[in-house]
Amino acid sequence: MAVTLDQTIAQKQHTFLSRLFANQTFWVVIAVILACLFLSVATDSFATSKNLFNITRNVTFTAIVALGMTFVIITGGIDLSVGSVLCLSSMVLAVTMHAGYSIEVGILASIATALVVGAFNGVLIAYLGFPPFVVTLGMLSVARSLAMVASNNTVVFQFGPDHQKLLALGGGAWVFGIANPVLYMIILALITGFILRWTKFGRHIFAIGGNEHAATLTGVPVKQIKVAVYMISALSAGLAGIIQTGWLGAVTTNLGNGMELQVIAATVIGGANLAGGVGTALGAIVGAALIEVIRNSLGLLGINAFWQGTFIGGAIILAVLFDRIRNFRRSD
Amino acid sequence: MPVLELANISKHFGAIQAVNDVSFSLEAGEVVGLMGDNGAGKSTLVKMIAGNFRPSHGTIHLDGKELVMHKPADARQHGIEIVHQDLALCNNLTAAANVYLGRELRKGVGPFRILDYGAMYKRAGQLFAELKSETRPRDLVKQMSGGQRQAVAIARTMLSQAKIVLMDEPTAAISVRQVAEVLNLIRHLRDQGIAVVLISHRMPDVFDVADRVIVMRRGRKVADKKIASSSPEEVTGLITGAIEQVA
Repeated sequence: MAVTLDQTIAQKQHTFLSRLFANQTFWVVIAVILACLFLSVATDSFATSKNLFNITRNVTFTAIVALGMTFVIITGGIDLSVGSVLCLSSMVLAVTMHAGYSIEVGILASIATALVVGAFNGVLIAYLGFPPFVVTLGMLSVARSLAMVASNNTVVFQFGPDHQKLLALGGGAWVFGIANPVLYMIILALITGFILRWTKFGRHIFAIGGNEHAATLTGVPVKQIKVAVYMISALSAGLAGIIQTGWLGAVTTNLGNGMELQVIAATVIGGANLAGGVGTALGAIVGAALIEVIRNSLGLLGINAFWQGTFIGGAIILAVLFDRIRNFRRSD
Repeated sequence: MPVLELANISKHFGAIQAVNDVSFSLEAGEVVGLMGDNGAGKSTLVKMIAGNFRPSHGTIHLDGKELVMHKPADARQHGIEIVHQDLALCNNLTAAANVYLGRELRKGVGPFRILDYGAMYKRAGQLFAELKSETRPRDLVKQMSGGQRQAVAIARTMLSQAKIVLMDEPTAAISVRQVAEVLNLIRHLRDQGIAVVLISHRMPDVFDVADRVIVMRRGRKVADKKIASSSPEEVTGLITGAIEQVA
């Protein structure tokens, strides 16, 4: 039987449907929709425009950081410092603006801080061979402590001459009444998706997560890329911090406390593999949405808020369990 | 004219003499089996050709010009490719992505360039067809058989105009049917005028596919013979030291 070259090239392994059903992100989307439907019926307060507005805004902060985390997790790393970096960036922004500088200077200082922290993490991990877990765990403590030092552990709620601009940046709704944070999230998700699918850099990130040794042997600049992904992760935390500052109108030193767990959960639930090599931008967003819907529903269903941690932790374990089950089936 | 010529190559690590005064040459389209026991110096010798190590003494000439390499990328640039024993493949990527790993094709203008999936699938498909392999460019490497994985690793060496392909134990740890597949891949490389150095422990494979066999023992070259004028018994004797040396 003669098969032409073009036929062979065009041949895909799966049909569209079978690929969809094998896709974790797809099932999480279904779960989010089912949860929303259930909550709309079971409670009066879920499907109100105010609650939905709250949910979408809350999702964005986790989702934006999760987008950055996706890069790190695809390389097979982990960044535990994102919550603290978010806090530090917010505080740098707040303190700079409080001291009378313009919003541009504040944002620049804030982003620069995040990038420096990310570069520090990345260099230790890539060039000195530190385990990512250890470096970023240390940074989790360092960054929050620096935020306390910067603000003398006070709440900052006055942002100098550009106070109103900052509040508009985070709290406004400039396009079609969509809350600004949601807009930022969509833009950042599109950028992330583009980088992962269409750039050499994105391809190399997947290669490092798949087989770091192979990537090195084939001439992929593994070390530089690893530094870059930790900088991207810190940058996304910094951006989320800036937006959240504008939205909240105040910064405290416990901002983003424990956020790393939510972010990692969102990424993993959305289909990224903690062992590296797998992850998508859409997955990060959808994962963040599922977590937020669960959180929100606990309150609405009158379940004690203390259960929140159990549900989020349980969701991570469940997501990894699905991944294990798939692997078992494949290895049969 | 030989494509590769090694003259009086030695390599020592401290007091240990890993390779001692080895000379040989390689013609285009020739398959040479490099045999020897563990620690005989095969890997060290190949790593010098691949640019991982610099020789302590001696010279390497490629197409008559002396070659001084500092890193593996230098060797690759000169058309010397290596297929690593572990193949260096990423399981989570497609066959085409693995073939192009580290030298992805892109399209676009200036700094705005995106991956050219179409061109990479197409060229990878052509390479697999040239190798007479049933590997499909869009398939993930993790779903492939050992022979298909070898085809991906070998296709990688054919991307640029390779003159020499070094293969480190390509037939270790794969099934009998796949060994036949890999030996065919080696013949296809040879037919395209590429010189192949096959490092192997497996006597039948070397006698099946190689034109010449070089035997090393304790860092020295103890034999360099046409396959036709040698026998597995003789080579075994040379490897173990039962036969001291042949001209």
